[in-house]
Amino acid sequence: MGRERDTQKMQQQVSFTVEQLVTVNPYNPDILPDLENYVNEQVSSETYSLDANLCLLRLYQFEPERLSTQIVARILVKALMAMPAPDFSLCLFLIPERVQMEEQFKTLIVLSHYLETGRFRQFWDEAAKSRHIVEAVPDALWLTRGQNAGFEQAIQSYAIHLLSLTYQKVPRSVLAEAINIEGLSLDKFLEQQMATCGWSIEKGHGKGQLIVLPSNEFNHPELKKNAADSVPLEHITRIFPILG
Amino acid sequence: MATAYEYDDATAAAANYDDQAGPQRQDLGYDPNFVPDSVKSFVVHLYRHIREKNVYEIHQMYETSFQTLSERLFKETPWPSVDAVAHYVDNDHVFCLLYREMWFRHLYARLSPTLKQRIDSWDNYCSLFQVVLHGVVNMQLPNQWLWDMVDEFVYQFQSFCQYRAKMKTKTEQEIALLRQHDQAWNVYGVLNFLQALVEKSMIIQILEQEKEGLEQFTYTDGYDYNGGSNVLKVLGYFSMVGLLRVHCLLGDYHTGLKCLLPIDISQQGVYTSVIGSHITTIYHYGFANLMLRRYVDAIREFNKILLYIYKTKQYHQKSPQYEQILKKNEQMYALLAICLSLCPQVKLVEETVNSQLREKYGEKMIRMQRYDDEAFAIYDELFSYACPKFITPSAPSFEEPLVNYNQDAYRLQLKLFLYEVKQQQLLSGVRTFLKVYSTISLAKLANYMEVDEPTLRTILMTYKHKTHAVDSEGKIISNADVDFYIDDDMIHVIESKPLKRYGDYFLRQIVKLEGVINDMDRIKLD
Repeated sequence: MGRERDTQKMQQQVSFTVEQLVTVNPYNPDILPDLENYVNEQVSSETYSLDANLCLLRLYQFEPERLSTQIVARILVKALMAMPAPDFSLCLFLIPERVQMEEQFKTLIVLSHYLETGRFRQFWDEAAKSRHIVEAVPDALWLTRGQNAGFEQAIQSYAIHLLSLTYQKVPRSVLAEAINIEGLSLDKFLEQQMATCGWSIEKGHGKGQLIVLPSNEFNHPELKKNAADSVPLEHITRIFPILG
Repeated sequence: MATAYEYDDATAAAANYDDQAGPQRQDLGYDPNFVPDSVKSFVVHLYRHIREKNVYEIHQMYETSFQTLSERLFKETPWPSVDAVAHYVDNDHVFCLLYREMWFRHLYARLSPTLKQRIDSWDNYCSLFQVVLHGVVNMQLPNQWLWDMVDEFVYQFQSFCQYRAKMKTKTEQEIALLRQHDQAWNVYGVLNFLQALVEKSMIIQILEQEKEGLEQFTYTDGYDYNGGSNVLKVLGYFSMVGLLRVHCLLGDYHTGLKCLLPIDISQQGVYTSVIGSHITTIYHYGFANLMLRRYVDAIREFNKILLYIYKTKQYHQKSPQYEQILKKNEQMYALLAICLSLCPQVKLVEETVNSQLREKYGEKMIRMQRYDDEAFAIYDELFSYACPKFITPSAPSFEEPLVNYNQDAYRLQLKLFLYEVKQQQLLSGVRTFLKVYSTISLAKLANYMEVDEPTLRTILMTYKHKTHAVDSEGKIISNADVDFYIDDDMIHVIESKPLKRYGDYFLRQIVKLEGVINDMDRIKLD
């Protein structure tokens, strides 16, 4: 137990220093190994730093002989997990075309394409077939969740985000396909979401359950804050002389 | 396709000269040691004005006299060498560095630099920046000049990368020189100089403290009225824009925008004090946001700057930057056309700008929104015309067979951009239908769009995803002009109400009333 806490603490210290490096001294070839270690650390401790990973991809651009495809693959998988943020594209902009032509990267690009276009069924199918690539991001092995739990969870979270933008009420089958959970596991999942996230279930007309997603400004137009009504403070300060 | 991507160096025809040895080409009646009287007078006066910190006079000489002399005497040859003029200015080290900086800039603009000259220019920048970074410079220089230094520095870096990447026509001599001087225009060197200028000048802290009223920088346009020097501070400031530019050239848009963050572009600032800096900043800001899919941000900024240029370009007709201003103006219209085709938010565009846009790209925009093969060709054309001159920052491997790889970076960015456009292909169709209906069942819409229901669901989710961008703080911002939500299998279209700007209205009326009361007070009653 004690040793684990020590390594955790050491990891915290190292990541603190890496983030500092990226801010203060990013254009420095010597920090390349630190950045590579940091990618592996992000993978094992389920953290994420876009800035550090972009910094590394830039260094790979400056010195292509030092590029490690394994590390790049890990960066891309982490970027996929950051969706809906466009991090995956941001990383691709920095990776040379000939590297992107390699098999594992072509697969990752296809996976990203499916996610970008809401094709979750095809995504989960392809991800299952390409486990070996996704497994380039092994999760913390001492936790007793399923393998790649972090990756799956991140994509499910993105799927739910997308559904919440689009639907007030979504049919169970659509949800199931999007998050790749079926049957009893889906029931359990729904129970959890109802308890913690304010979901509820209705009876759909004949076809089965209808999941009612929480209201937000994107699926409930009346909740949209009229931004035009708020006046920035700087504008008010211009009339202070009059008001005073 | 690639033909629209022009190599921007002036006198592209003269590019052949690179192959010949330097002195031969520049021998066309050029004697580096001959100093005409007008030049002698120029350096003597400029030197004096700099010593006396007479910024106004310096600016006049820099902007006008230098251009006039260049036009009259040095149309096709370089200025006299620095060695020839040094003794007129007490061999002042710093002045000589400044003179050489102008010397090289003139060379790049009018002629085509040889490899040796490129390397010498790099050495000069190193010396100049190192002097500035050591904090021993005591001058006040006009913002225009300081901006030009940073701008030119980045430009010469970009030019060098393009030059170096064309390995096919390199002579043995050139390759040997390149290998020997591998530090020249090295990407690490360029970035670290810009970073050092930002850091040493403490400009970020100065801007922060200015917000709390503890510093005066923007208020004085960066000039120092306490007897100090503005050079390091303003170079540091402009270096932030320089960093944005370099990162865009590398394809790292996120970091580029981060470098610009300390500058508040919603307000006037030192960056607007020089039109070249204003345009470069907004151009790259807008382009970066386009690649980050933050279309609304890009449209807003392009709209503002294009309106500004429209109103003020007449005042810059005589300036040496005029051509550049016009070029960037055209490029930004192209980028605006792209943004509006991907994100039709015409309300964000001002009337004048809109009519200019219709004139230049009205037809093309209609065709772009059809998303057929012709449409992709137009996206390609506009992107290639308007994009920055992307670079490959790494040195070539001199072992491999010599090829030209100067187009690689551009091809990658173009490919990824078109890929994104392709993903948005079906959204235009969705928009058309949503504009016509207030509610419509999934089954019916699927029928009209000739797809099955599951496919329609994915298309609708794609629409939601592509029109809701993630901003720099991770918040979701809607770009959608037409929006909807789905209730089970029914699509409800959300009507966008025109925004009533109560706040602005009241502010305007308050100011107006104050004006009326003031006028009334002025009336004397007998």
